[in-house]
Amino acid sequence: MDKVLNESEGHFFSSRKSTSDIKGKIFVGLTQLAVILIISILFIILAVIVYQGRSKFSWEFISSFPTNGMTEGGIFPALIGTFILVIVMSIAAVPFGTITALYLTEYASENSKFAAAVRFSVRTLAVVPSIIFGLFGLGFFIQFLGAGADTAFNGGELRWGQPNILWASLTMALLTLPVIIVSVEEALKTIPRELREASLALGATKWQTIKKVVLPGSVSGIMTGTILAVSRGAGEVAPILFTGAAYYLATLPGSLSDQFMNLGYHVYIMSTQSSDVEKTMPIQFATTLVLLILTLSLNVVAVIIRSRIRRKAK
Amino acid sequence: MKDIKIKVNDLSLYYGDKKALNEITMDIPANKVTALIGPSGCGKSTFLRCINRMNDLIPSVSITGKMLVEGVDIYDKNVDVVNIRKKIGMVFQKSNPFPKSIYENIAYGPRINGMKDKTELDEIVETSLRQAAIWDELKDRLDDSALGLSGGQQQRLCIARTLAVSPDIILMDEPASALDPISTSKIEELVHQLKEQYTIIIVTHNMQQAARTSDHTAFFYMGNLIEMGKTNSIFTKPVQKQTEDYITGRFG
Amino acid sequence: MNSESPIKKTFTQESLKKQFRLSEFLAEKFISMIAFLSIAIIFLIFIFVFKESLPLFSFGSDAKAKTEAQATSANKPESYGTEPEGDLKPESYGTENAEDLKPESYGTETTKDLKPETYGSEPADDLKPEVYGDAPKEDLSVPAEDESVGAVSENQEGSDKTWNTFFTSEWVPVSENPRFGLLGLLIGTLKVTIIAMLIAGPLAVLAALFTSCFASKRVKEIIKPIIEMLAAFPSVVIGFFALMVLASFFQDVFGYDSRLNAFVGGVAMALAAIPIIYTISEDALAAVPKTYTEASLALGASKWQTAFFVVLPAATPGIFAALLLGVGRVFGETMIALMATGNAALVSANPFESVRTFAATIGAEMSETVFGDTHYSVLFFIGSLLFIFSFALNAVAEFYVKGKLLKKFQGK
Repeated sequence: MDKVLNESEGHFFSSRKSTSDIKGKIFVGLTQLAVILIISILFIILAVIVYQGRSKFSWEFISSFPTNGMTEGGIFPALIGTFILVIVMSIAAVPFGTITALYLTEYASENSKFAAAVRFSVRTLAVVPSIIFGLFGLGFFIQFLGAGADTAFNGGELRWGQPNILWASLTMALLTLPVIIVSVEEALKTIPRELREASLALGATKWQTIKKVVLPGSVSGIMTGTILAVSRGAGEVAPILFTGAAYYLATLPGSLSDQFMNLGYHVYIMSTQSSDVEKTMPIQFATTLVLLILTLSLNVVAVIIRSRIRRKAK
Repeated sequence: MKDIKIKVNDLSLYYGDKKALNEITMDIPANKVTALIGPSGCGKSTFLRCINRMNDLIPSVSITGKMLVEGVDIYDKNVDVVNIRKKIGMVFQKSNPFPKSIYENIAYGPRINGMKDKTELDEIVETSLRQAAIWDELKDRLDDSALGLSGGQQQRLCIARTLAVSPDIILMDEPASALDPISTSKIEELVHQLKEQYTIIIVTHNMQQAARTSDHTAFFYMGNLIEMGKTNSIFTKPVQKQTEDYITGRFG
Repeated sequence: MNSESPIKKTFTQESLKKQFRLSEFLAEKFISMIAFLSIAIIFLIFIFVFKESLPLFSFGSDAKAKTEAQATSANKPESYGTEPEGDLKPESYGTENAEDLKPESYGTETTKDLKPETYGSEPADDLKPEVYGDAPKEDLSVPAEDESVGAVSENQEGSDKTWNTFFTSEWVPVSENPRFGLLGLLIGTLKVTIIAMLIAGPLAVLAALFTSCFASKRVKEIIKPIIEMLAAFPSVVIGFFALMVLASFFQDVFGYDSRLNAFVGGVAMALAAIPIIYTISEDALAAVPKTYTEASLALGASKWQTAFFVVLPAATPGIFAALLLGVGRVFGETMIALMATGNAALVSANPFESVRTFAATIGAEMSETVFGDTHYSVLFFIGSLLFIFSFALNAVAEFYVKGKLLKKFQGK
């Protein structure tokens, strides 16, 4: 490397510059190639899934139950299950994440060890493999909380000590927590210091300032975080593998202690454990298409809101 | 000396280990305009922010000495900082209206003090805006966003917002530095009117402004209070050489 | 102060007295408490994941009893594993419905039916990879070679039997004589990780370099969100794409035997790792002070020389962190591994052989285990390992790299 540098420096005005030019072109070309490759893979995935899934993709497909041992019919229960999952997840994760972000931006002092520990924990949560959340959900929510609640309140009758939609949603909430915290924190930081000072100088307390100035100013940030979390939660499968997702259910879940079907899990099951993988191929692609539309469109919305917040902050 | 409002005694302020204000001792008279002047970085704004304890918000700041307002040390540990700020209002260098309607901006202070009655609030909004000499301009658009106002209007709105909590002392941190000459003269006029009811302390780097608006002037330099006295005498026959240098424009 | 002042005093000791504001106090305490939960969750995750693997560490009678109970259960294959804890009905795990629908999907039972073994027979007999939990659907692709190299599992009596099997290469969790050789899984995981990183690392870093050094502002604003959009692809979608499209495509190109293998899985996982590496590298490159590049350009270096010899080295710690987090992502990725790697714990260096990763093993087998038995504990133990590994990666990325960066840019 050093050699190349010396060469090009030493012969700056000489004809050797052209070799450096060629090297430069190759190098820049390589970086371009990487970008093009990544983007084209992305579009190939999209194109293949849209192309293969389009034949089956219809309103009927979305709104009907699977039939005939899941080799025909639609994905309605999986879609509904996914919706319930992300709703319960959001109810748990959004307040939790927002408050943690509030702590980090408003209450934590700069050199606080505690705040540093919270930050580190949040970042760790973001990199823990999703399957670990599944294990935690099984070990903590189901075996510990659920089974404990059954022993204490149900007289040992099994109700909460088994996989269900509540435990799956809470597990997913833990997984998506960092997404929300990061988004809300970013939004809170864009609120100018002058506004906080204006409020405090008028004799408002810290909490009044947060309630009346800071939180209203970060609504769009909370929304971005929620949307991103929902997008993530709708697509993750590993955490719910053994905390509540079911292979097939003839009815929609009626309570939080029921199991549920899920789009991502449906894709996984259909493509690996279906009795006739070949025959159900269109169903699989269409299900994947629905899942992809759901997660990508949510993401696009979040990116748009976020770029608006950033522009406003400037 | 019965009309001394604020008595500062050996007040020093540190950012971490760095001393930013060095044993300031001064008396600020009631119902007068006191101007704090000096080159930038001299500590005048820092000192101003000590008076309503805005520096509390910066974690590394520590303060020694006494700041007596009507004889009460506001840095006493039994004193409530929120109550102090209600009595000592502040107008900032950059106008900072809330992203709410004009009405809500003014009503913000009374509301956080628990005022809910609509007619009472209306009344306060009107008197505050009148006091800030901006009522005629804004009375028809109280529900518009405050962010749509011009810079000068925003700053007067911020003054009105401060008046709405009926403070006793008003601190102004270069309130006209970002404004055009017409808006500036409006603000100066306003300061002149307000001093009948309020004790005003104004930080400015504009010496003409200090000369025009204030009764007393204090000159700060590198964290020290160099000289304080009647504005007239400071500007005509300063005692200290540094003051003279600054006023005659030899530095700063 | 003269008290005869005619002006009414507004500042009195009384009016300024410190007030206790309950809502203020509660708000602060509540918010701090919620924030504390984030820390608590990390501890809880470790405690509860590790706790379930604890039986492995009790070398006393407890574990022995369990191992023996399992051994005796071989006599009645229908109830794979006895019920060690009576009050927690093990039958009711996630797969209940699956079981109702098509019980034949249980690889173990099927295989047991096919070749019933008596306890104590030569363990090397059932070294066939078909015995794995959910292997049947991959009947075609799972290579049935004899991978009996390094079979060390002597049928040891004693409670630390499970432990001894850890360091072998056989992963036969459900049999009369269960063996939990983690070696095969480790090699599988490493293989996939290396393949994925060899693809994702250069691609993502080069793309980041292009974005931050060569792209115009407009181009940057287009490609950055697009590449980051890749992060929004659920891993199950990438896994599905790999399973349905990539696998066949690569098989046509390379002509190998097993359609699903480490290479296909690695490529798919690279897709999952690229956005992470790209985003963090790009941040690191963008954080290189402008003065560096300006100084280099002023000295007459061209744009690419500046990028390669000045910006890239300056951002090395950040890029290193990006690669670490990329490794963490691939190492723990479950769905892609489940769907695209073939799930056979073979020990081989050939990238076109099927492999089975740690995460995929947990994902595939957890719902088929019985609460509290050795298999269950071993899966949780693997989970603990994964957790510790990702925790350590993150800690290194965070502290080491941050320290380096500070040193570099601020000379501290």
